Amino acid sequence: MAETDSRLETIQQKLATKIIEILRPQGDDVVILDRAGLRESFRILKHTPELDFDFLSDITAVDYWQKQEPRFEVVYQILSRAKRARLRIRVPVPENDPSIESLTPIWRGANFMEREVWDLFGIRFIDHPDLRRVLLYEEFRGHPLRKDYPVNLTQPRVPERKIDGTFVDERSHNKLMRLKKSLGTKN
Amino acid sequence: MKAEVKELPTEIMELQMGPSHPATHGTIKFNLKLEGEKVLDCDVEVGYLHRGFDKSCEQSTWTQVIPYTDRLNYASPLINNVGYAMTVEKLIGAETPPRCQYIRVIISELSRIYDHLTCCGMASSELGAITPGFYMIEARELVTRIVEQLTGARLTVTYVRVGGVKHDLPDGFAEGVTRTFQTIRKLLDDCDLLLSRNRIFIDRLSNVGVISQETALNYSLTGPILRATGIGYDVRKAFPYLVYDQLDFEVPVGTRGDNYDRFICRIREIEQSMKIVEQALAQLPVGPVWIEDPRFVLPEKEKVYNSIEGLMHHFKIIMEGIHVPAGETYFAVEGGNGELGFYIVSDGGGRPYRIRVRPPCFIAMGAFHQMIKGYMVADIVPTFGMINMIGGECDR
Repeated sequence: MAETDSRLETIQQKLATKIIEILRPQGDDVVILDRAGLRESFRILKHTPELDFDFLSDITAVDYWQKQEPRFEVVYQILSRAKRARLRIRVPVPENDPSIESLTPIWRGANFMEREVWDLFGIRFIDHPDLRRVLLYEEFRGHPLRKDYPVNLTQPRVPERKIDGTFVDERSHNKLMRLKKSLGTKN
Repeated sequence: MKAEVKELPTEIMELQMGPSHPATHGTIKFNLKLEGEKVLDCDVEVGYLHRGFDKSCEQSTWTQVIPYTDRLNYASPLINNVGYAMTVEKLIGAETPPRCQYIRVIISELSRIYDHLTCCGMASSELGAITPGFYMIEARELVTRIVEQLTGARLTVTYVRVGGVKHDLPDGFAEGVTRTFQTIRKLLDDCDLLLSRNRIFIDRLSNVGVISQETALNYSLTGPILRATGIGYDVRKAFPYLVYDQLDFEVPVGTRGDNYDRFICRIREIEQSMKIVEQALAQLPVGPVWIEDPRFVLPEKEKVYNSIEGLMHHFKIIMEGIHVPAGETYFAVEGGNGELGFYIVSDGGGRPYRIRVRPPCFIAMGAFHQMIKGYMVADIVPTFGMINMIGGECDR
């Protein structure tokens, strides 16, 4: 218990201006951070030797539509293997500008998790190298885990994608035509 | 005659492998960039089995979520059940009785054996080792029979409840497990003779799909893939839950982080899991398997029919669902493929506000391009096999 307190105190000292609140529900350590300079805050959490939060466990988001302002909250679970401690970071994100700094420069594993949050919640990650949908298809309209997305909404049919690749390019097509011509078949 | 050396004209070929490929047991697509047979880059496309697990959970009561968790990692449904139930219990602040905790350890470990046998059996039969593949599937079938005897279902078990387990162990359970483990050990010895020193098998797995410790940590990998690199991170040891801190077991680690180490880690973990189950069965205390709290646990039928309180509790739980106090929490258990975490948010009503699963194999698929870059197309099959991607969990 004392160890946890000193850890939270260190966080309080290091990230003083960034912290909105520190909570301790059900024995978990939760820090609510400001989204400005978030990557720098995570760098501090990762590289400060007394904290040593070197492992990113999970990134997700929650939509508090019509319940809470700001509407979204991005939730990070990080842990320190050496200190055997978990920490949850919650970052409020407003509805009119749903964007947040990407953590891919610190943890490359954040790539897929952030793509999933973008896919399902429509929160943009600034400086993400490859922010595409991951679970749904590119033509999907809307972000299904937002609370204002109805459960029974059907999506429009998507026209067939144009195929391009090695097997259907001009050369192989021409080769096929030549072959057919030499064999004397039409079409 | 003058030997004429000509550079063969090569160009980068783009090849799409999947989504339905006979050598990958899972619906997944690899968009490959190849130079000859060498993989230059690999873009993994997941999501073919996406069915909106999170959204479905928000429409159901807390108890109705349990069958959905069966369908996450369907190779270890009992671990998913345990993980979910324990997360809700953490938010409630309830602690289950000791017998229940021991039963949960036993079923988790049986599931882990099942998961590893699926992974190793499938991966070896995909590499052409059909006989050991079927030996492992026979061993898996024996575990399924224990699970069936216990829960009444082979795969979609729905055995664990918030606040306990559905019912106590059946008569003769321990003897059945002991008998089964004898057979499984014999089958695994045979597999060991057929595989672990088999030249062809080692050539296909060894030094393939190598990932360094730093890269594995950077990509948030957990489970046998991380342990194969030599980092002994296991949730059961790092953050002990249930009664794992009272049981004696080891966490096998590898040294090189290649596919062979992952295979050996999984095979050794099966042995450790059997050891845990035997210890837990020997120590199994007597007592209830439920918490005594009418707000969360269905009353006995006798009380429902004979007392007004019993009837009321029954009605409330069935019609409204259990009421979980408002709040949010995260809890992780060690799943077959790594850290299986649940993040839940409750607004105090009978239905969850948000349920998020940390899927270990989705995160592993995010690092797949790193594992396969520079290797051959044929190496995709063992590398993908040793990740043990389960579509239900990866795509949710």
